[in-house]
Amino acid sequence: MNITVTLIAQIIAFVIMVWLVNKFLWGPVSSILEARRKKIAEGLSASERGKHELKLAEERATEILKESKEKAAEIVAQAQSRHNEILDEAKENARAEADRIIDAGRAEVEQELNRAKEDLRAQVARLSVTGAERVLKREVDAKAHESALDDLAAQI
Amino acid sequence: MSAAEGSGSGTVAYIQHHLTNLHVGEGFWQLNIDTLFFSALLGALIIFAARSLGKRLEAGTPGGFQNFVESVLEFVDEQVNDSFPSRDNKLIAPLALTILVWVWLMNFMDLIPVDLLPAIAHSIGIEYLKVVPTTDLNTTLALALTVFALTVYYNIRIKGLGGYLKMFLFHPFGKFMIPVNIVMTAIEELAKPISLALRLFGNMFAGELVFLLIALLGGATAIGAGLLIFFPLQVVLDLAWLMFHILIITLQAFIFMVLTIVYLGMAHTEDH
Repeated sequence: MNITVTLIAQIIAFVIMVWLVNKFLWGPVSSILEARRKKIAEGLSASERGKHELKLAEERATEILKESKEKAAEIVAQAQSRHNEILDEAKENARAEADRIIDAGRAEVEQELNRAKEDLRAQVARLSVTGAERVLKREVDAKAHESALDDLAAQI
Repeated sequence: MSAAEGSGSGTVAYIQHHLTNLHVGEGFWQLNIDTLFFSALLGALIIFAARSLGKRLEAGTPGGFQNFVESVLEFVDEQVNDSFPSRDNKLIAPLALTILVWVWLMNFMDLIPVDLLPAIAHSIGIEYLKVVPTTDLNTTLALALTVFALTVYYNIRIKGLGGYLKMFLFHPFGKFMIPVNIVMTAIEELAKPISLALRLFGNMFAGELVFLLIALLGGATAIGAGLLIFFPLQVVLDLAWLMFHILIITLQAFIFMVLTIVYLGMAHTEDH
């Protein structure tokens, strides 16, 4: 029960113990705790940053979507107008083609008519010559009366 | 548990035998081998456990033992934070942790059956053995004096030597009662380590004594029919005191730690 030199020995032991505990127990474990605390804080801030980035990306996506919608509408409008243009052009072409065909037809008809007239005229001339031969009971020299026959044919 | 083994007979002899340290030297130069041995053994246990834990510390997924150590550490850290919000002193927390764990382990030796280790020691020729280091006033006083030395050191370092002396002169009654103040403050300061040491020592010593008395129930009255009554009684009382004492040892270790933190915290505050 007496205070003895054990006291001093125990003081030395205690000081050594504090040093050892600090070195081997408190130091490593508290640094681990500190590291974990830091890691968690980093994780939290990273997630916060991620959330922020997500929000930005969403905004950008919305913007891009809006833009592309506008573009698409524009393209559709352009296509519509182009379509109308093409349609008009085609109509125009068709009309021109029709006109041309009609004109050609008309010309052909005219030509046919003229040819028929010409034939008719030649026939009439021949008939006239034949008739005249019959009336005159002699051959008419076609060459001699060529101009007269032509006149006649022109009059018919 | 047989009483009075190896020291004649009688309860007084039994108790006295159990309260004698294994020692060398006489008078002031008496060195209590058992106290030193067990406190060093328990200290080595702490460091060994810390080393083996230190090799497999994991920041991500702590295992069972690491979890336990971490919660103890954080508990101590919380106590220190209450008194040291600034945390610029790196010594306080390891000091508090050392006190809590070491004192608790030394107190825990009290829960080992009182005759077990002395009987083993006796069988290998060691006559006396006192297994609980904290029932040796030298141990508790050593801890308390170290803490006291630290409080004085920090008082002087934080407040300056003049500030520390001023505390003796003008506290608690102001400048008109300087002689009284000196006496009062000196008593107050000295009471800190002494009460710290005596509180722990007293509790552990009394606890050990109760265990010895309980052990005597079955032992001293051993022969005859009395054993039929006293032996069960001893078992029941031993169990009850054991359960109660496990609270006491924890509480005493905690109180020692908290008071250490508080005293050092007071040393760090500018306005006393």
